[in-house]
Amino acid sequence: MAGEASTKPPADSEHHEAQTPPPGEPINLIAFCCNWCSYAGADLAGVSRLQYPPNVKIIRVMCTGRIEPEFLLHAFELGIDGVLVCGCHIGDCHYISGNEKAEVRINTLKKLMDMIGIDSRRLRLEWVSASEGTRFAETVKDFKEQIEKLGKNKIYIAQS
Amino acid sequence: MEKIGAVMIAGGGIAGMQSALDLADSGFKVYLVDSSPTIGGAMSQLDKTFPTNDCAMCIMAPKLVETGRHHNIELLTNSSIKDVKGEAGNFTIKVTKTARRVREDKCTGCGICTLFCPIEVPDSYNKGMKLRKAIYVRYPQAVPPTHTIDMEHCIGCGICESQCKANAIEYAQSDEERELNVGAIIVSPGFDEFNLELMRREYGFGLFPNVISSPQLERMLSATGPYRGLVLRPSDGKMPKKVAFIQCVGSRDRSIGNPYCSSVCCMFAIKEAVIAQEHNQGLQAHIFFMDMRAYGKEFDDYYIRAEQEHGILFTRNNRIADVSQDPKTQNLILNYIKDGEMKSEEFDLVVLSVGMVFPKDAKNLAEKFGINLNEFNFCDTDIFNPTSTNIPGIFVAGAFEAPKDIPGTVAQASGAAAHASALVSGQRDTLVVEKTFPEEIDIGGQDPRIGVFVCHCGINIGGVVDVPEVVEYVKTLPNVVYAEHNLYTCSQDTQEKIKQIAQEQNLNRVIVASCTPRTHGPLFQNTIRGAGLNPYLFEMANIRDQCSWVHMHEPDKATDKAKALVRMAVARARLLEPLPKSEIEISPSAIIIGGGVTGMNAALMIAEEGYDAYLIEKTDKLGGIVNRLHYGLRGEDIRKYLTELKSKIDSNDKIKVYLNTTLENFSGFVGNYEAELNVNGNKETLKTGVVIVATGGKEYKPEEYMYGEHDRILTQLEFGELLNEGKVKGKEFVMIQCVGSREEHRPYCSRICCTHAIKNALKIRELHPDSKVYILFKDMRTYGFREIYYEDATREGVLFIRFDNETKPKVSKDGDGIKIEVLDHFIQEDVALYPDYLILSPATLPNEGNYDLAQMLKVPLSKDKFFLEAHMKLRPVEFATEGVFLAGLAHSPKFFNECISEANAAVSRACTVLSKRIMEAYSAISVVDEFKCIGCGTCEEICEYHAPSLVEKGSGKLVSEINKALCKGCGACAVACCNGAITTLHFKNDQILSMVESAAEELKRESSKPAEEAQTGASTSGAD
Ligand code: FES
Repeated sequence: MAGEASTKPPADSEHHEAQTPPPGEPINLIAFCCNWCSYAGADLAGVSRLQYPPNVKIIRVMCTGRIEPEFLLHAFELGIDGVLVCGCHIGDCHYISGNEKAEVRINTLKKLMDMIGIDSRRLRLEWVSASEGTRFAETVKDFKEQIEKLGKNKIYIAQS
Repeated sequence: MEKIGAVMIAGGGIAGMQSALDLADSGFKVYLVDSSPTIGGAMSQLDKTFPTNDCAMCIMAPKLVETGRHHNIELLTNSSIKDVKGEAGNFTIKVTKTARRVREDKCTGCGICTLFCPIEVPDSYNKGMKLRKAIYVRYPQAVPPTHTIDMEHCIGCGICESQCKANAIEYAQSDEERELNVGAIIVSPGFDEFNLELMRREYGFGLFPNVISSPQLERMLSATGPYRGLVLRPSDGKMPKKVAFIQCVGSRDRSIGNPYCSSVCCMFAIKEAVIAQEHNQGLQAHIFFMDMRAYGKEFDDYYIRAEQEHGILFTRNNRIADVSQDPKTQNLILNYIKDGEMKSEEFDLVVLSVGMVFPKDAKNLAEKFGINLNEFNFCDTDIFNPTSTNIPGIFVAGAFEAPKDIPGTVAQASGAAAHASALVSGQRDTLVVEKTFPEEIDIGGQDPRIGVFVCHCGINIGGVVDVPEVVEYVKTLPNVVYAEHNLYTCSQDTQEKIKQIAQEQNLNRVIVASCTPRTHGPLFQNTIRGAGLNPYLFEMANIRDQCSWVHMHEPDKATDKAKALVRMAVARARLLEPLPKSEIEISPSAIIIGGGVTGMNAALMIAEEGYDAYLIEKTDKLGGIVNRLHYGLRGEDIRKYLTELKSKIDSNDKIKVYLNTTLENFSGFVGNYEAELNVNGNKETLKTGVVIVATGGKEYKPEEYMYGEHDRILTQLEFGELLNEGKVKGKEFVMIQCVGSREEHRPYCSRICCTHAIKNALKIRELHPDSKVYILFKDMRTYGFREIYYEDATREGVLFIRFDNETKPKVSKDGDGIKIEVLDHFIQEDVALYPDYLILSPATLPNEGNYDLAQMLKVPLSKDKFFLEAHMKLRPVEFATEGVFLAGLAHSPKFFNECISEANAAVSRACTVLSKRIMEAYSAISVVDEFKCIGCGTCEEICEYHAPSLVEKGSGKLVSEINKALCKGCGACAVACCNGAITTLHFKNDQILSMVESAAEELKRESSKPAEEAQTGASTSGAD
């Protein structure tokens, strides 16, 4: 183990220097996807072999209406650079109106974020249906680029 | 004679498995007989399936496993039918089970024997392109996994016996005779491939090494195939750059006795071309075809994408006559016509799209069962009874009935199962045993002990992600006591292994890192139930659909991400809790929406199965669009059929028909739906267990070709009615195909119009022998045996002129007459026609009501606004929402017989629900903490399902209470509750937050220097 630990980090940092321009650290994104539309849409991106940046990790929830603002704030607190929330298109929510509730909550949260000094563009809400694999892949690409422009999440950097 | 509540199915391919599962899940004992040592049939040899590019094994494996371990299905593999006696309701069948010389009860399928066996023979599963041993299993995920000794090649050395730890080898095993007593029989032996040796002279198959068959290419594309998914030239093992596909080899060719179309090869070739280009970078596929028959749901989209996005070349031609070989390079030379010029082109590899022929066993089965075959030795059926043979009590499904694709096969299999079960519905539940799981282990107070199984999924994951590295990483995570990797975690043997390891290691949480929980979650949940664990102690990490497949070119990053995804799953798994079970009572009735032929058949079948059917029709009469049809392609009397069907419905007291009725409101859940009807303006409420959507489609009213501006420009339906009334007079007739179909804004094919046109053209020629008939078309899509009538039409002198979207015919008035100008591609000249009638073949459209109905039932629509089924291949007649089914044109355009198959299929699927009086369900719902609740009523306000309500508790305090049956577990109330009094089970705050924290860990590790330290530090905080 010890041997491995001493060989790995240099290899890793080399890798990053080669791949990304300075400041260089890869950004870390999470995406909350509702089970019925967006998670299926993300699967479809896979089935169709649409390539998108590996920076994003998906967390499955039954509905966007289940997402507590606390989850999102906590993510930023921990250093996640951007959070994507994906749900069914308005009118298509499997539970009728969960996505509408999510939209209201997220808009409020964005205002709060700006107030406490987290750029609200780090949080994005998108509607992705089960047949929109392309839209999912495009959204991730676009979001990653946007967050890259914003740079690392400073709240976290300030903390550490 | 007493009826028997058991069914025998001959043939264990995807059709046989579907019939078996339907029947076994609705209260019947099933004997599934297959001549091969394993079930799975032809589908097990596929790499991918069109039009979704789903991995065939991935979608099939759950069915294989379910069939293999279903407590009411007995597999009789390596078996053949010797004798059949009896009649509908009570048959006695003699079956001979050929000795495998390996004991099924002892063999674990570990495969040690195959490592030591010294004899190697060509592997027929891999189309002879790979070797297998004399003791073998047909494919890695085979069910049953029992090995077999191939006595033709075994030299009896005894090495396998000495190596087998399970003592499963039994050389002396002899054949076994079995006698089965069943009420009904389903025959589904599948198909065979046309023997390409017969085309040796034309295409050099078997002579030129680089001429291969489409099934051979399929095996090459498969991860378990000869070259681990790469396409290589058999002659020199090099990667081919230019690959030609020749279509219709062994199909549409009267000279070899197969004039029919094999229905699937066009799509099969496109799919192979797409996947081959994906697997071999720089490969260019070129498909030579006569008509591109992309007639199914979303097939044309796939065809368009193949051409435009994947850059596959398509060349329309007469059949390619021959292939020659350059002896030096062993490249192949094709001659073809392009833009009126003869061309000669060299290819590195040629793929022959081989046609389907009757199964080897057809004649034997026909003789044993007494069933009639058609002139091509497929099973004979008629359009009104697409799954019935001439012998009562014996039904047919799948490619043995006619060449067809997987969804068509699955629908027929369910349809045949409905007939079989209806016949013996009185004997339901008489021969079955209850499914039991071991007593659930109480894990209260135990520390999490997590087992992780990481899947290679062939090369789907393992080809990108370093799976062993992920496993090593997982072992370092807290609470993980066991981790391993598997070639296919979903295979039957791995399932058994998971159970065994869970018990040995006292696991109390299990994680599978593989594909998506949407398709495979339930399978693994059942597996751990078998080990005494509550199904909610299972968690999945999606490292294929959401990792290896979407980061194919970044293996290092994909491996890192896979580690993170599994780490997140571990974090969540630590906090998972067992959920309680609840029971739901099922109301034994069905609502069928739509009173066309599909809906009527469904209602009748529901009644025959012994349940109440409510048939809802929005107009004032039953029959739908079929009211406008008179006769079928073979002259069948559709009028008479409809009248008889109506009277059967009228006289059945289990069916209640509601005319002039619409659905106004819909609520409830599987087994307990409630529908609010508007019956002639009056309200009525029905309670029902299931719903079948059979709302049909409609004919497009053309806006082009001067429709409506001339009284002799008609649609096929309108013209058919005139023709039938004998009111048609004239000498020259022109038909235009694809009116409103295969257009940019409506890209799908309406499937039925080519055949409809041929039918009417033949009728014109019959009634007016001296007339001239022209059909202007894009592709003639008369698939299956319909091709024969296309051939007839050509012979009858019907003239065919092709056009495409750029060269559409122009219609104008010529005095009182009609003038049509069109470019004849063949002679490259404009021709003008002056017909007496212009007949348009308009698109079949989805109903406008689909959108509202979909909203009400909460089911999805496809992009073309037809209803979207749960899975395009394997669940064609059901929605993801439990207890809601679909059939007929509501799904997509299709033929009469296909609608009837689907109607019965939907009933068969519905019976798996209706046959259970009580259904057990685990409930991931929301619950209220009485002590925290302040009775504010916010949850009551916010819930769309009226699940929470305020009730007075002992002390007079108002608290919220959530109705279990109404709660859907969406969690909206938990978020809305200002006091944190509501918890959504299985998606509790800490369970979700643990994943967020775990996702962030990576960052901590990267930002602080010594990686290992940071990682363990972070993990501990994650566990808090
Ligand atoms: S279920 Fe997708 S947003 Fe509600």
